[in-house]
Amino acid sequence: MDRTHTSIVHVETLSDKIERLTNQSPMLCYQCGKCSAGCPVRNYMDDSPNKVVRYVQLGFDDQALQSKTPWLCAGCLTCSARCPQNFDVAKFMDAVRQISLEENVEIAEKDTVAFHKAFLNQIKKYGRAFEFGLVREYKLKTLNLLQDVDVAPEMLLKGKLSLLPHQIKDKKQIKKVFEK
Amino acid sequence: MKIGYYPGCSLTGTGKEYDLSLRKILQKLDVELEELNDWSCCGATSAHATNHLMSIALPAINLSIAESQRIKELFAPCAACYNRMVVAKQELDTNPPLAKQVEEIIERTVNYSTEIINIVELFQKIGAEKISELKTTSLSGIKAACYYGCLLVRPFDITHFDDAEQPSTMEEIIKATGAEAVEWNYKMECCGGAHSIAHKEIVVELSKKILDDAKLHSADVVVVACPMCHSNLDMRQRSMKNHTEIPVLYLSEFIGLALGVSPKELGVDLHFVSAEPLLDKVGKSS
Repeated sequence: MDRTHTSIVHVETLSDKIERLTNQSPMLCYQCGKCSAGCPVRNYMDDSPNKVVRYVQLGFDDQALQSKTPWLCAGCLTCSARCPQNFDVAKFMDAVRQISLEENVEIAEKDTVAFHKAFLNQIKKYGRAFEFGLVREYKLKTLNLLQDVDVAPEMLLKGKLSLLPHQIKDKKQIKKVFEK
Repeated sequence: MKIGYYPGCSLTGTGKEYDLSLRKILQKLDVELEELNDWSCCGATSAHATNHLMSIALPAINLSIAESQRIKELFAPCAACYNRMVVAKQELDTNPPLAKQVEEIIERTVNYSTEIINIVELFQKIGAEKISELKTTSLSGIKAACYYGCLLVRPFDITHFDDAEQPSTMEEIIKATGAEAVEWNYKMECCGGAHSIAHKEIVVELSKKILDDAKLHSADVVVVACPMCHSNLDMRQRSMKNHTEIPVLYLSEFIGLALGVSPKELGVDLHFVSAEPLLDKVGKSS
């Protein structure tokens, strides 16, 4: 077919994807920086939280997805509580993390990703969190083998670290949630 | 009073003294707990940090179980579980397409009729007067720093509980024990939460700031309402440099002391930081 007209194809941007997941547009942010001023983990981040929002607003999608900042966000919601635009910054960070995993972006914060994956794997298997299994899987994945050897024996002694998981009886629904 | 009970995973492990002390004191305060049948994990930080649908679907399973047990009010002692449940409930209630999708996945219908209650709300329902009445040991002379952390009140638009920056409800409960609630600046600062394993250094530094501020305001003890905050503030004191230890007690343990329950029955001996200096002051040395 001879196409004489030009068609405009809208490619979904990172901003669009975030809006779809969170029901709020990243364009709401007017860059006052209040989120970053009150962020308890700002010192450990590479980019300030409002800078990650700015990347998304300007279409620097790769910079936003590769930033360490979303992974270092502790989810304390201080930013979301204080934003004068009522923009839920923590929810925005949740969406950036999810999209970077879905798109297989190279994530610098490998240990944090390994932690989340190991945590969720316990729920998938047993229906409940299983701390011993989580730590075992995390250590094997990250090779941080000596971590917490100072507290682990005492946790065992105090009965705070069970060697066997508490399993739920009906795992059907859990299985379905993880298949999705 | 009878109330539904969702202990959450931490209360079967690292936070088991929270469960122990709650069961002990609620019996004394005439509250009957009906545990949720075959409850599962709320998904915690890891679900909402990586998968939105999962973070809503996992709490939805438990909300649905609560409804099938005809539980009108569900008590979630862990601040993180409480938070995930109220957030999921609100999203499902206001986003019908999401609710439909979730109900199809979990193959259960949910009406979102169950009210989710946090620990401070439960004590408000019981009433500070009742704690005063049943008190056998006055904790007068004890200075307590009430620590709310992040997830008990935020996001305020959804929890509608207390105040997002300057909460004071826990102090009101604490006063019923005879103890003094100190004014301090870090009751809402983050302890680092789920970074405890992958970024222990962050947790150690943030938690130390919180404890230092409590000590600066002459607190004898930090009182908490979350098992994750507890393990960060208590266990991670081991890794703090130039640090003088300060005991960290669950709100339920603290009230239990005033109700005459022995520290051992409350599980106070299961902490990493010894509560002996505090117990000596109360006259309950174990």
